[in-house]
Amino acid sequence: MFDAQSIQKDFPQLRRNIHGKRIVYLDSTATSLKPTAVIRKEDDYYKRYTANVFRGIYTTSEEATAEYERARALTAAFIHAGSPEEIVFTRNTSESINLVAYSLLTHDLSPGDHIVTTIMEHHSNFVPWQQLGAERNIAVDIWGITPQGTLNFADLEKLVTRKTKLLAVTAASNVLGTINPVSKIVRAVKQLNPKCFVLVDAAQAVPHMPVDVAEWGADFVAFSSHKMLGPTGIGVLWGTQDVLDTLHPFLFGGEMISEVHVDRTVFKSAPHKFEAGTPHIAGVIGFGAAVEYLSALGMQHVRDHEEKLVSYAMKQFDRMGGVTYLGPNDARIRGGVFALQVKGAHPHDIAQLLNEDNVFVRAGNHCAMPLHESLGVPSTARASFYVYTTEKDIDALIVSLQKVKNMFG
Amino acid sequence: MDLYREVILDHYKHPRNFGHLSGANVTSEEINVSCGDRIVIEIAVHGSGKTPRVIADIRFSGEGCAINQASASMLTEKVKGMDVGAVMKLTLDDVQSLLGTTLTPSRVKCAVLPLEAIQKAIVSLK
Repeated sequence: MFDAQSIQKDFPQLRRNIHGKRIVYLDSTATSLKPTAVIRKEDDYYKRYTANVFRGIYTTSEEATAEYERARALTAAFIHAGSPEEIVFTRNTSESINLVAYSLLTHDLSPGDHIVTTIMEHHSNFVPWQQLGAERNIAVDIWGITPQGTLNFADLEKLVTRKTKLLAVTAASNVLGTINPVSKIVRAVKQLNPKCFVLVDAAQAVPHMPVDVAEWGADFVAFSSHKMLGPTGIGVLWGTQDVLDTLHPFLFGGEMISEVHVDRTVFKSAPHKFEAGTPHIAGVIGFGAAVEYLSALGMQHVRDHEEKLVSYAMKQFDRMGGVTYLGPNDARIRGGVFALQVKGAHPHDIAQLLNEDNVFVRAGNHCAMPLHESLGVPSTARASFYVYTTEKDIDALIVSLQKVKNMFG
Repeated sequence: MDLYREVILDHYKHPRNFGHLSGANVTSEEINVSCGDRIVIEIAVHGSGKTPRVIADIRFSGEGCAINQASASMLTEKVKGMDVGAVMKLTLDDVQSLLGTTLTPSRVKCAVLPLEAIQKAIVSLK
Protein backbone atom coordinates (compact mmCIF):
# COMPACT_ATOMS: atom_id res chain seq x y z
CA MET A 1 0.00 0.00 0.00
CA PHE A 2 1.55 3.29 -1.17
CA ASP A 3 1.30 5.86 1.62
CA ALA A 4 3.07 9.19 1.08
CA GLN A 5 2.50 10.18 4.69
CA SER A 6 4.52 7.24 5.98
CA ILE A 7 7.07 7.60 3.14
CA GLN A 8 7.78 11.08 4.56
CA LYS A 9 9.30 9.37 7.61
CA ASP A 10 12.13 8.08 5.41
CA PHE A 11 13.21 11.63 4.54
CA PRO A 12 15.11 13.32 7.39
CA GLN A 13 14.77 16.79 5.88
CA LEU A 14 10.98 16.60 6.21
CA ARG A 15 11.41 16.36 9.98
CA ARG A 16 13.09 19.75 9.98
CA ASN A 17 11.17 22.76 11.24
CA ILE A 18 11.99 26.28 10.10
CA HIS A 19 10.63 29.13 12.25
CA GLY A 20 8.73 26.46 14.16
CA LYS A 21 6.82 25.24 11.10
CA ARG A 22 7.15 22.13 8.96
CA ILE A 23 8.60 22.23 5.46
CA VAL A 24 6.35 21.79 2.41
CA TYR A 25 8.87 20.86 -0.27
CA LEU A 26 7.36 21.41 -3.73
CA ASP A 27 10.51 21.62 -5.85
CA SER A 28 11.32 17.98 -6.59
CA THR A 29 11.49 18.72 -10.30
CA ALA A 30 14.61 20.77 -9.56
CA THR A 31 16.00 18.17 -7.19
CA SER A 32 14.44 15.55 -4.95
CA LEU A 33 14.94 15.02 -1.24
CA LYS A 34 17.07 12.06 -0.15
CA PRO A 35 15.90 9.13 1.98
CA THR A 36 17.93 7.80 4.90
CA ALA A 37 18.76 4.65 2.92
CA VAL A 38 20.64 6.70 0.30
CA ILE A 39 22.43 8.90 2.82
CA ARG A 40 23.53 5.85 4.82
CA LYS A 41 24.71 3.98 1.76
CA GLU A 42 26.89 6.87 0.63
CA ASP A 43 28.15 7.40 4.17
CA ASP A 44 28.99 3.72 4.47
CA TYR A 45 31.40 3.92 1.54
CA TYR A 46 33.22 6.82 3.19
CA LYS A 47 33.28 5.15 6.60
CA ARG A 48 33.97 1.51 5.79
CA TYR A 49 35.43 0.88 2.35
CA THR A 50 36.83 4.07 0.81
CA ALA A 51 39.11 2.93 -2.00
CA ASN A 52 39.41 3.58 -5.70
CA VAL A 53 37.56 1.29 -8.07
CA PHE A 54 38.95 -1.11 -10.70
CA ARG A 55 42.55 -0.99 -9.52
CA GLY A 56 43.10 -2.38 -6.03
CA ILE A 57 43.44 -6.07 -5.35
CA TYR A 58 42.87 -5.51 -1.66
CA THR A 59 39.56 -6.13 0.11
CA THR A 60 38.11 -2.62 0.37
CA SER A 61 38.87 -1.76 -3.26
CA GLU A 62 37.18 -4.94 -4.36
CA GLU A 63 34.18 -4.06 -2.17
CA ALA A 64 34.00 -0.58 -3.69
CA THR A 65 34.24 -1.97 -7.23
CA ALA A 66 31.54 -4.54 -6.52
CA GLU A 67 29.15 -1.90 -5.07
CA TYR A 68 29.89 0.48 -7.96
CA GLU A 69 29.11 -2.20 -10.55
CA ARG A 70 26.10 -3.39 -8.56
CA ALA A 71 24.64 0.11 -8.89
CA ARG A 72 25.13 -0.17 -12.66
CA ALA A 73 23.29 -3.50 -12.73
CA LEU A 74 20.46 -2.11 -10.58
CA THR A 75 20.12 0.88 -12.93
CA ALA A 76 20.06 -1.39 -15.98
CA ALA A 77 17.30 -3.54 -14.49
CA PHE A 78 15.34 -0.45 -13.40
CA ILE A 79 14.95 0.81 -16.98
CA HIS A 80 14.93 -2.66 -18.59
CA ALA A 81 18.26 -2.22 -20.36
CA GLY A 82 19.71 -5.22 -22.21
CA SER A 83 22.76 -5.38 -19.94
CA PRO A 84 24.68 -3.34 -17.34
CA GLU A 85 27.22 -2.47 -20.05
CA GLU A 86 24.57 -0.25 -21.63
CA ILE A 87 24.69 2.10 -18.62
CA VAL A 88 27.25 4.93 -18.69
CA PHE A 89 27.67 7.01 -15.53
CA THR A 90 28.18 10.73 -16.12
CA ARG A 91 27.82 13.80 -13.92
CA ASN A 92 24.24 14.65 -14.87
CA THR A 93 21.71 14.65 -17.71
CA SER A 94 23.44 17.60 -19.38
CA GLU A 95 26.73 15.73 -19.54
CA SER A 96 25.00 12.62 -20.89
CA ILE A 97 23.52 14.67 -23.72
CA ASN A 98 26.80 16.46 -24.39
CA LEU A 99 28.49 13.07 -24.59
CA VAL A 100 26.21 12.11 -27.46
CA ALA A 101 26.57 15.52 -29.11
CA TYR A 102 30.38 15.30 -29.04
CA SER A 103 30.96 11.57 -29.43
CA LEU A 104 28.41 10.79 -32.09
CA LEU A 105 27.88 13.89 -34.09
CA THR A 106 31.20 15.66 -34.28
CA HIS A 107 32.60 12.55 -35.97
CA ASP A 108 29.66 11.69 -38.11
CA LEU A 109 28.08 14.70 -39.80
CA SER A 110 27.77 15.33 -43.52
CA PRO A 111 26.87 18.58 -45.28
CA GLY A 112 23.11 19.04 -45.36
CA ASP A 113 22.50 16.97 -42.24
CA HIS A 114 20.26 18.49 -39.64
CA ILE A 115 19.03 17.91 -36.10
CA VAL A 116 15.54 18.23 -34.67
CA THR A 117 14.72 19.20 -31.10
CA THR A 118 11.51 20.54 -29.55
CA ILE A 119 10.33 23.83 -28.12
CA MET A 120 9.47 22.18 -24.78
CA GLU A 121 13.04 21.07 -24.01
CA HIS A 122 15.05 21.91 -20.92
CA HIS A 123 18.18 23.89 -21.91
CA SER A 124 20.18 20.70 -21.40
CA ASN A 125 18.51 19.15 -24.45
CA PHE A 126 18.46 22.35 -26.45
CA VAL A 127 21.71 24.28 -26.07
CA PRO A 128 24.06 21.35 -26.95
CA TRP A 129 22.29 20.94 -30.30
CA GLN A 130 22.07 24.66 -30.96
CA GLN A 131 25.81 25.06 -30.29
CA LEU A 132 26.76 22.00 -32.29
CA GLY A 133 24.64 23.35 -35.15
CA ALA A 134 26.41 26.71 -35.00
CA GLU A 135 29.89 25.12 -34.80
CA ARG A 136 29.34 22.63 -37.59
CA ASN A 137 27.10 24.83 -39.67
CA ILE A 138 24.12 22.48 -39.67
CA ALA A 139 20.48 23.38 -39.19
CA VAL A 140 18.61 22.68 -35.97
CA ASP A 141 14.86 22.55 -36.48
CA ILE A 142 12.37 23.02 -33.68
CA TRP A 143 9.32 20.80 -33.22
CA GLY A 144 6.44 22.90 -31.90
CA ILE A 145 3.50 22.27 -29.60
CA THR A 146 -0.28 22.54 -29.76
CA PRO A 147 -2.19 25.11 -27.66
CA GLN A 148 -2.81 22.26 -25.19
CA GLY A 149 0.94 21.88 -24.65
CA THR A 150 1.49 18.59 -26.46
CA LEU A 151 3.86 17.96 -29.37
CA ASN A 152 2.22 18.69 -32.69
CA PHE A 153 2.33 15.34 -34.49
CA ALA A 154 1.09 16.84 -37.75
CA ASP A 155 4.46 18.63 -38.09
CA LEU A 156 6.70 15.60 -37.62
CA GLU A 157 6.52 14.42 -41.23
CA LYS A 158 7.78 17.79 -42.43
CA LEU A 159 10.59 17.90 -39.88
CA VAL A 160 12.15 14.45 -40.19
CA THR A 161 13.76 13.84 -43.56
CA ARG A 162 16.43 11.54 -45.01
CA LYS A 163 18.98 14.09 -43.81
CA THR A 164 17.86 14.18 -40.18
CA LYS A 165 20.75 12.90 -38.11
CA LEU A 166 19.13 12.99 -34.70
CA LEU A 167 15.89 13.92 -33.00
CA ALA A 168 16.17 15.01 -29.36
CA VAL A 169 12.99 14.97 -27.31
CA THR A 170 12.00 15.06 -23.68
CA ALA A 171 9.91 12.25 -22.22
CA ALA A 172 8.21 14.65 -19.82
CA SER A 173 8.31 18.45 -19.71
CA ASN A 174 9.67 20.12 -16.58
CA VAL A 175 7.39 23.10 -17.18
CA LEU A 176 4.22 21.97 -18.99
CA GLY A 177 4.09 18.65 -17.18
CA THR A 178 3.29 17.00 -20.50
CA ILE A 179 4.21 13.31 -20.71
CA ASN A 180 5.19 12.64 -24.32
CA PRO A 181 4.30 9.35 -26.05
CA VAL A 182 7.94 8.30 -26.55
CA SER A 183 7.30 4.91 -28.20
CA LYS A 184 4.94 6.51 -30.71
CA ILE A 185 7.45 9.29 -31.48
CA VAL A 186 10.32 6.83 -31.98
CA ARG A 187 8.22 4.60 -34.25
CA ALA A 188 7.15 7.59 -36.35
CA VAL A 189 10.72 8.92 -36.64
CA LYS A 190 12.19 5.53 -37.58
CA GLN A 191 9.47 5.08 -40.19
CA LEU A 192 10.37 8.40 -41.77
CA ASN A 193 14.12 7.77 -41.53
CA PRO A 194 15.39 4.48 -40.04
CA LYS A 195 18.90 5.95 -39.71
CA CYS A 196 17.83 8.93 -37.62
CA PHE A 197 19.02 8.61 -34.02
CA VAL A 198 16.54 9.41 -31.27
CA LEU A 199 17.77 10.77 -27.93
CA VAL A 200 15.29 10.95 -25.05
CA ASP A 201 15.78 13.32 -22.13
CA ALA A 202 14.18 11.22 -19.41
CA ALA A 203 15.23 13.37 -16.44
CA GLN A 204 11.56 13.95 -15.56
CA ALA A 205 10.36 10.50 -16.56
CA VAL A 206 12.62 7.85 -15.00
CA PRO A 207 12.04 9.27 -11.46
CA HIS A 208 8.26 9.36 -11.85
CA MET A 209 6.96 6.45 -13.94
CA PRO A 210 7.88 2.99 -15.20
CA VAL A 211 10.37 3.29 -18.06
CA ASP A 212 11.22 0.46 -20.41
CA VAL A 213 13.96 1.53 -22.81
CA ALA A 214 13.41 -1.55 -24.96
CA GLU A 215 9.76 -0.62 -25.42
CA TRP A 216 10.67 3.02 -26.19
CA GLY A 217 13.04 1.88 -28.93
CA ALA A 218 15.18 5.05 -28.81
CA ASP A 219 18.96 5.05 -29.29
CA PHE A 220 19.89 7.10 -26.22
CA VAL A 221 18.18 7.85 -22.92
CA ALA A 222 19.59 10.35 -20.43
CA PHE A 223 18.60 11.03 -16.81
CA SER A 224 19.94 12.18 -13.43
CA SER A 225 20.32 10.58 -10.02
CA HIS A 226 19.52 13.67 -7.97
CA LYS A 227 15.99 13.97 -9.32
CA MET A 228 15.21 10.39 -8.25
CA LEU A 229 16.21 10.38 -4.57
CA GLY A 230 19.92 9.86 -5.31
CA PRO A 231 22.98 12.05 -4.76
CA THR A 232 23.83 15.06 -6.93
CA GLY A 233 26.71 14.69 -9.39
CA ILE A 234 25.58 11.45 -11.01
CA GLY A 235 23.93 11.16 -14.40
CA VAL A 236 23.14 8.22 -16.63
CA LEU A 237 23.39 7.70 -20.35
CA TRP A 238 21.78 4.57 -21.72
CA GLY A 239 22.59 3.40 -25.23
CA THR A 240 22.41 0.03 -26.92
CA GLN A 241 25.65 -1.92 -26.78
CA ASP A 242 26.28 -1.76 -30.53
CA VAL A 243 25.71 1.98 -30.72
CA LEU A 244 27.90 2.66 -27.68
CA ASP A 245 30.64 0.47 -29.15
CA THR A 246 30.83 2.59 -32.29
CA LEU A 247 31.00 5.91 -30.41
CA HIS A 248 34.23 7.79 -29.85
CA PRO A 249 35.05 8.64 -26.24
CA PHE A 250 34.34 12.26 -25.33
CA LEU A 251 36.63 12.61 -22.29
CA PHE A 252 40.11 11.13 -22.19
CA GLY A 253 42.24 10.14 -19.22
CA GLY A 254 42.54 7.52 -16.51
CA GLU A 255 40.29 4.48 -16.13
CA MET A 256 38.99 4.63 -19.71
CA ILE A 257 42.03 3.01 -21.35
CA SER A 258 43.28 -0.53 -21.72
CA GLU A 259 46.71 0.29 -23.21
CA VAL A 260 48.66 3.51 -23.49
CA HIS A 261 51.87 3.79 -25.51
CA VAL A 262 53.88 6.85 -26.33
CA ASP A 263 52.30 7.04 -29.76
CA ARG A 264 48.83 5.55 -29.31
CA THR A 265 46.11 4.47 -26.89
CA VAL A 266 43.67 1.58 -26.91
CA PHE A 267 40.39 2.41 -25.18
CA LYS A 268 38.40 0.10 -22.97
CA SER A 269 35.04 -1.09 -24.25
CA ALA A 270 31.79 0.65 -23.34
CA PRO A 271 30.73 1.79 -20.78
CA HIS A 272 34.21 2.25 -19.27
CA LYS A 273 35.64 4.14 -22.22
CA PHE A 274 33.17 6.94 -21.41
CA GLU A 275 34.02 7.12 -17.70
CA ALA A 276 37.40 8.85 -17.72
CA GLY A 277 39.02 9.63 -14.41
CA THR A 278 38.08 8.51 -10.92
CA PRO A 279 34.29 8.65 -10.89
CA HIS A 280 31.98 9.91 -8.13
CA ILE A 281 32.15 6.49 -6.46
CA ALA A 282 30.11 7.33 -3.37
CA GLY A 283 27.50 9.01 -5.54
CA VAL A 284 27.08 6.01 -7.82
CA ILE A 285 26.82 3.67 -4.83
CA GLY A 286 24.27 6.00 -3.20
CA PHE A 287 22.36 6.15 -6.47
CA GLY A 288 22.13 2.34 -6.39
CA ALA A 289 20.33 2.65 -3.06
CA ALA A 290 17.92 5.20 -4.56
CA VAL A 291 17.10 2.80 -7.39
CA GLU A 292 16.47 0.05 -4.84
CA TYR A 293 14.24 2.35 -2.79
CA LEU A 294 12.13 3.30 -5.82
CA SER A 295 11.99 -0.32 -7.02
CA ALA A 296 10.62 -1.35 -3.64
CA LEU A 297 7.90 1.31 -3.89
CA GLY A 298 7.07 0.18 -7.43
CA MET A 299 7.18 2.73 -10.23
CA GLN A 300 3.58 2.15 -11.30
CA HIS A 301 2.53 2.98 -7.73
CA VAL A 302 4.65 6.13 -7.87
CA ARG A 303 2.97 7.17 -11.11
CA ASP A 304 -0.53 6.38 -9.79
CA HIS A 305 0.18 8.44 -6.67
CA GLU A 306 1.34 11.43 -8.72
CA GLU A 307 -1.58 11.18 -11.14
CA LYS A 308 -3.95 11.36 -8.17
CA LEU A 309 -2.11 14.42 -6.85
CA VAL A 310 -2.30 16.06 -10.29
CA SER A 311 -6.08 15.56 -10.42
CA TYR A 312 -6.44 16.85 -6.87
CA ALA A 313 -4.27 19.93 -7.53
CA MET A 314 -6.10 20.84 -10.75
CA LYS A 315 -9.41 20.64 -8.88
CA GLN A 316 -8.09 22.93 -6.13
CA PHE A 317 -6.64 25.48 -8.60
CA ASP A 318 -9.95 25.60 -10.49
CA ARG A 319 -11.93 26.00 -7.29
CA MET A 320 -9.68 28.81 -6.09
CA GLY A 321 -9.76 30.85 -9.33
CA GLY A 322 -7.27 33.53 -10.37
CA VAL A 323 -4.56 30.88 -10.66
CA THR A 324 -3.61 29.42 -14.01
CA TYR A 325 -1.07 26.81 -15.03
CA LEU A 326 0.69 25.93 -18.27
CA GLY A 327 0.22 22.64 -20.08
CA PRO A 328 -2.53 20.05 -20.51
CA ASN A 329 -5.43 19.68 -18.08
CA ASP A 330 -5.63 15.92 -18.53
CA ALA A 331 -4.04 14.14 -15.54
CA ARG A 332 -3.40 11.01 -17.63
CA ILE A 333 -0.77 12.79 -19.75
CA ARG A 334 0.53 15.07 -17.03
CA GLY A 335 3.33 14.71 -14.52
CA GLY A 336 3.29 16.35 -11.10
CA VAL A 337 4.56 19.73 -12.29
CA PHE A 338 2.58 22.98 -12.28
CA ALA A 339 4.06 26.20 -13.68
CA LEU A 340 1.67 28.66 -12.05
CA GLN A 341 0.63 32.22 -12.69
CA VAL A 342 -1.37 34.41 -10.32
CA LYS A 343 -2.92 37.53 -11.82
CA GLY A 344 -1.03 40.67 -10.80
CA ALA A 345 1.76 38.79 -9.01
CA HIS A 346 5.28 38.27 -10.31
CA PRO A 347 6.55 34.68 -9.85
CA HIS A 348 9.39 35.93 -7.62
CA ASP A 349 6.91 37.52 -5.28
CA ILE A 350 4.77 34.38 -5.30
CA ALA A 351 7.78 32.23 -4.35
CA GLN A 352 8.89 34.72 -1.70
CA LEU A 353 5.47 34.88 -0.05
CA LEU A 354 5.10 31.10 -0.17
CA ASN A 355 8.52 30.84 1.48
CA GLU A 356 7.17 32.73 4.47
CA ASP A 357 4.89 29.73 5.03
CA ASN A 358 7.76 27.26 4.33
CA VAL A 359 6.13 26.30 1.03
CA PHE A 360 9.10 25.88 -1.29
CA VAL A 361 8.51 26.43 -5.01
CA ARG A 362 10.75 27.63 -7.80
CA ALA A 363 10.36 30.92 -9.67
CA GLY A 364 11.84 31.69 -13.08
CA ASN A 365 11.93 30.06 -16.47
CA HIS A 366 13.06 26.66 -15.15
CA CYS A 367 15.85 26.28 -17.72
CA ALA A 368 13.27 26.47 -20.51
CA MET A 369 13.57 30.00 -21.89
CA PRO A 370 12.68 29.10 -25.49
CA LEU A 371 9.41 27.58 -24.25
CA HIS A 372 8.55 30.56 -22.06
CA GLU A 373 9.38 32.96 -24.91
CA SER A 374 7.23 31.03 -27.36
CA LEU A 375 4.33 31.15 -24.92
CA GLY A 376 4.89 34.86 -24.25
CA VAL A 377 5.30 34.21 -20.54
CA PRO A 378 8.49 35.70 -18.99
CA SER A 379 8.46 33.39 -15.99
CA THR A 380 6.30 31.21 -13.76
CA ALA A 381 6.22 29.87 -10.20
CA ARG A 382 6.52 26.11 -10.32
CA ALA A 383 5.21 23.61 -7.79
CA SER A 384 6.16 19.97 -8.26
CA PHE A 385 5.36 16.70 -6.52
CA TYR A 386 7.04 13.42 -5.69
CA VAL A 387 6.67 10.24 -3.64
CA TYR A 388 6.54 12.14 -0.32
CA THR A 389 4.01 14.77 -1.47
CA THR A 390 0.55 14.58 0.12
CA GLU A 391 -2.80 16.26 -0.49
CA LYS A 392 -2.08 18.13 2.74
CA ASP A 393 0.96 19.69 1.04
CA ILE A 394 -1.22 20.83 -1.85
CA ASP A 395 -3.72 22.28 0.64
CA ALA A 396 -0.85 24.26 2.20
CA LEU A 397 0.09 25.53 -1.26
CA ILE A 398 -3.49 26.67 -1.87
CA VAL A 399 -3.67 28.51 1.48
CA SER A 400 -0.44 30.37 0.68
CA LEU A 401 -1.53 31.14 -2.88
CA GLN A 402 -4.68 32.68 -1.44
CA LYS A 403 -2.45 35.09 0.54
CA VAL A 404 -0.66 35.99 -2.70
CA LYS A 405 -4.01 36.66 -4.35
CA ASN A 406 -5.10 38.85 -1.47
CA MET A 407 -1.92 40.91 -1.60
CA PHE A 408 -1.55 41.33 -5.35
CA GLY A 409 -4.90 40.41 -6.89
CA MET B 1 5.94 39.87 5.90
CA ASP B 2 8.04 43.02 6.31
CA LEU B 3 9.56 42.65 2.82
CA TYR B 4 6.20 43.57 1.34
CA ARG B 5 5.66 46.70 3.35
CA GLU B 6 2.81 48.99 2.33
CA VAL B 7 5.21 51.48 0.71
CA ILE B 8 6.76 48.80 -1.52
CA LEU B 9 3.37 47.51 -2.62
CA ASP B 10 2.27 51.07 -3.28
CA HIS B 11 5.25 51.75 -5.56
CA TYR B 12 4.69 48.37 -7.27
CA LYS B 13 1.02 48.95 -7.92
CA HIS B 14 1.38 52.65 -8.73
CA PRO B 15 4.89 53.08 -10.11
CA ARG B 16 6.21 56.66 -10.36
CA ASN B 17 8.04 57.77 -13.51
CA PHE B 18 6.75 54.74 -15.44
CA GLY B 19 6.61 55.07 -19.22
CA HIS B 20 8.63 56.75 -21.95
CA LEU B 21 10.43 60.08 -22.12
CA SER B 22 10.22 61.99 -25.41
CA GLY B 23 13.14 64.29 -24.61
CA ALA B 24 15.50 61.52 -23.52
CA ASN B 25 19.08 61.78 -24.72
CA VAL B 26 20.22 58.46 -23.29
CA THR B 27 18.58 55.06 -22.75
CA SER B 28 19.67 51.67 -21.51
CA GLU B 29 18.22 48.22 -21.00
CA GLU B 30 19.09 45.58 -18.41
CA ILE B 31 17.81 42.01 -18.32
CA ASN B 32 17.86 39.54 -15.49
CA VAL B 33 17.90 36.31 -17.45
CA SER B 34 17.21 33.96 -14.58
CA CYS B 35 13.88 35.52 -13.69
CA GLY B 36 12.89 37.15 -16.97
CA ASP B 37 12.95 40.70 -15.55
CA ARG B 38 13.63 43.52 -17.97
CA ILE B 39 14.02 47.24 -17.36
CA VAL B 40 14.41 50.10 -19.81
CA ILE B 41 15.64 53.46 -18.54
CA GLU B 42 15.25 56.71 -20.46
CA ILE B 43 16.98 59.82 -19.14
CA ALA B 44 17.17 63.48 -20.15
CA VAL B 45 20.53 64.77 -18.95
CA HIS B 46 21.07 68.52 -18.99
CA GLY B 47 24.36 70.38 -18.88
CA SER B 48 27.68 69.74 -20.54
CA GLY B 49 31.27 70.93 -20.44
CA LYS B 50 31.79 72.99 -17.27
CA THR B 51 28.14 73.19 -16.22
CA PRO B 52 27.19 70.30 -13.92
CA ARG B 53 25.37 67.51 -15.63
CA VAL B 54 22.14 66.71 -13.87
CA ILE B 55 19.29 64.30 -14.44
CA ALA B 56 16.50 66.59 -15.60
CA ASP B 57 13.95 63.84 -16.11
CA ILE B 58 13.76 60.06 -16.11
CA ARG B 59 11.33 57.24 -16.96
CA PHE B 60 11.44 53.48 -16.68
CA SER B 61 9.52 50.66 -18.32
CA GLY B 62 9.63 46.88 -18.51
CA GLU B 63 8.45 44.13 -16.22
CA GLY B 64 9.66 42.67 -12.96
CA CYS B 65 8.75 41.61 -9.45
CA ALA B 66 7.50 43.93 -6.72
CA ILE B 67 11.00 44.51 -5.35
CA ASN B 68 12.37 45.28 -8.81
CA GLN B 69 9.55 47.64 -9.77
CA ALA B 70 9.44 49.41 -6.40
CA SER B 71 13.19 49.86 -6.54
CA ALA B 72 12.93 51.41 -10.01
CA SER B 73 10.08 53.66 -8.96
CA MET B 74 11.85 54.90 -5.81
CA LEU B 75 15.24 55.27 -7.51
CA THR B 76 13.87 57.34 -10.38
CA GLU B 77 12.27 59.65 -7.81
CA LYS B 78 15.55 59.92 -5.93
CA VAL B 79 17.87 60.61 -8.86
CA LYS B 80 15.71 63.24 -10.51
CA GLY B 81 17.66 66.51 -10.19
CA MET B 82 20.81 64.76 -9.00
CA ASP B 83 24.27 65.31 -10.39
CA VAL B 84 25.27 62.35 -12.55
CA GLY B 85 28.53 61.94 -10.60
CA ALA B 86 26.55 61.48 -7.39
CA VAL B 87 24.27 58.95 -9.10
CA MET B 88 27.32 56.93 -10.11
CA LYS B 89 28.26 56.65 -6.44
CA LEU B 90 24.96 55.06 -5.38
CA THR B 91 25.24 51.44 -4.18
CA LEU B 92 23.13 48.51 -3.04
CA ASP B 93 23.10 50.05 0.46
CA ASP B 94 21.31 53.12 -0.89
CA VAL B 95 18.76 50.92 -2.65
CA GLN B 96 18.17 48.91 0.53
CA SER B 97 17.64 52.05 2.58
CA LEU B 98 15.17 53.35 -0.01
CA LEU B 99 13.27 50.07 0.17
CA GLY B 100 13.58 50.14 3.96
CA THR B 101 14.56 46.51 4.15
CA THR B 102 17.51 44.16 3.91
CA LEU B 103 17.30 41.68 1.09
CA THR B 104 18.09 38.01 0.95
CA PRO B 105 20.88 37.12 -1.51
CA SER B 106 18.45 35.84 -4.13
CA ARG B 107 16.53 39.13 -4.16
CA VAL B 108 19.50 41.50 -4.27
CA LYS B 109 19.75 41.29 -8.05
CA CYS B 110 16.07 42.21 -8.41
CA ALA B 111 16.61 45.36 -6.37
CA VAL B 112 19.85 46.56 -8.01
CA LEU B 113 18.84 45.94 -11.63
CA PRO B 114 17.28 49.47 -11.97
CA LEU B 115 20.39 51.09 -10.44
CA GLU B 116 22.61 49.15 -12.82
CA ALA B 117 20.48 50.30 -15.76
CA ILE B 118 20.63 53.95 -14.67
CA GLN B 119 24.40 53.83 -14.17
CA LYS B 120 24.90 52.03 -17.47
CA ALA B 121 22.96 54.82 -19.21
CA ILE B 122 25.14 57.48 -17.58
CA VAL B 123 28.35 55.67 -18.52
CA SER B 124 27.22 55.48 -22.15
CA LEU B 125 26.78 59.26 -22.10
CA LYS B 126 30.52 59.90 -21.87
